[in-house]
Amino acid sequence: MKLSFSIQGGDFTQAGHPSSQVKKVLKQLGIDGKAIKSIVIALYEAEVNVVAHAYSGTMEVEIEEHKITILVSDEGPGIPDVELAMQAGYSTASKKVREMGFGAGMGLPNIKKNTDELLIKTEIGKGTTIKMVNYFI
Amino acid sequence: MSGLPKYHALKVDAAKCIGCTHCMKSCPAEAIRVVNGLAVIDHERCVDCGQCHRACPTKAFYVEQDDLAQIKSFKYRVILFPSIMIGQFPEKYNEDRIYEGFKKVGFTHVYEVEQPMQLLIDSVKEYCIRPDSIKPAISTYCPAIVRLIQSRYPSLTENLIMRKAPHDLAAHFAIERLMLEGARREEIGLFYATPCIAKIASVKSPVGEEESIVDGVINMNHLYNEVMKVIADGEEIDHSEQRENLSNEGVLWSLTRGESRHFGSRSMAIDGIHNVVRFLERLENDQVHGIDFLELRSCDQSCAGGILLTGNRFLTTERLERRAKRYPSAKDISNTVLKVNTEELKQKLIIDSISPKPVFIFGTDRAKAMDKMERAQRIVCFLPGIDCGACGAPNCHALAEDMVNNKAKMSDCIFLQQMWVDEDRIKAKKAFLNVQKKWGTDRFKADCKKRGRRNEGF
Repeated sequence: MKLSFSIQGGDFTQAGHPSSQVKKVLKQLGIDGKAIKSIVIALYEAEVNVVAHAYSGTMEVEIEEHKITILVSDEGPGIPDVELAMQAGYSTASKKVREMGFGAGMGLPNIKKNTDELLIKTEIGKGTTIKMVNYFI
Repeated sequence: MSGLPKYHALKVDAAKCIGCTHCMKSCPAEAIRVVNGLAVIDHERCVDCGQCHRACPTKAFYVEQDDLAQIKSFKYRVILFPSIMIGQFPEKYNEDRIYEGFKKVGFTHVYEVEQPMQLLIDSVKEYCIRPDSIKPAISTYCPAIVRLIQSRYPSLTENLIMRKAPHDLAAHFAIERLMLEGARREEIGLFYATPCIAKIASVKSPVGEEESIVDGVINMNHLYNEVMKVIADGEEIDHSEQRENLSNEGVLWSLTRGESRHFGSRSMAIDGIHNVVRFLERLENDQVHGIDFLELRSCDQSCAGGILLTGNRFLTTERLERRAKRYPSAKDISNTVLKVNTEELKQKLIIDSISPKPVFIFGTDRAKAMDKMERAQRIVCFLPGIDCGACGAPNCHALAEDMVNNKAKMSDCIFLQQMWVDEDRIKAKKAFLNVQKKWGTDRFKADCKKRGRRNEGF
């Protein structure tokens, strides 16, 4: 089954809605709590990345019997150095974003830690697309 | 862990229920549906929080309780009650008079459950500092919260603190003390005065336990009335001996922050089940960091807001806060006063296991479940999305889920039905009969004293 959400850049008040929705579905499917937790953490981090850095974005979630694929695409500045961004603690978040308790430089590392497959495509000045895949029993 | 079958004390009085949907909308577990004009509780989903009881304008929910007369079959008749009971009575009655009231009602021994508190405080502290305890550690004090976590947030079950509540502590303590006095176990009858239905359920079918130690449960408002009939103004009888283990911490335990003030370097207390739900949602999404202890209570103002209380919750809190000041700190009450084997008592505070009990699963066959959910998702597209409740389900999404689980029909939605009438797919008469079947003929009669209106009480 498919779920899709739109994400508004800069609007932290709405962040977390897709995570809760996806979580509800996964729970109803009887998926193991630990697997759900990883998925939800990755999903929330990805969402917050869009909110913190991009102008707008979409999230497409596809749930299959033993697999979930999440595609997050945004229109934004892109990531100049993906390798650097994958390092824990590295952040380009603005002061304003940090003051709100986000932008600790743990986003991408956390996503990596909590997904089975991660693919990042980015183009400077245009935007970023990340694809996350998790498997469950 | 099999444990006892789930007991629910809350029942709906068919003669009073008008199917007004207030309860259905207030339920945090989406456990209520209106069927044939009456509220029906799904016992698998119900967590015993009592929100429906609170929301009901016609007082159609009632709470089953044990007969007070059954205490007579015991030689030693012990009443166990949380400290908030004392906070219910008018100020002019001091503690000794209230205790004397319990004796007149027929009890031989009176124990407030929050004693000896230091044992429980130490036990919880020991649990929280264990390297294998998962943070934030969540208190198991409020049984409605434990059930909510088991059913709706199963992944957080591992955060629950494996320690029992004060009423278990006091029950074991009372037994030990009485047996020291020479009583035999079978001569002792333990009765618990409960401030809420969640405690009734937890006493009757305790989570993580095979059997209940308590012989009967009496609703606090009922007991209050019984005591008020016999309580006297002038008498001065000293019952302070029965309170020698009561502490400042004990008196405050059932109030908000009663627990959280003792544990963790960063602790939080949240009261009100809808507040708790919102917070657990965040916690489960891993959006909360650094908190190591959580006190979660289903009722606003914690147990002072219990549905079986008589007094105003804020006045009860105020009275208890003042009362607590007169009691020593729990750590200053020496073990020699306890007269019992504290190590044994401590052992009895340990809960072996609490297992998750997810109730929102769409069946065990994943493929079928996914198919059902996709259907529910498509159905939602056709529903109005205003969560009016006229279908008998709390919101459009719940209705869609009920439909794919064969618990509701498309025609239950009055908007869909109206559309079908417009499209000539069903006759107007048939549509009307459908709604009448759902809500009964009375809903359509002109009546200025209609039940529901009459009971809304302005």
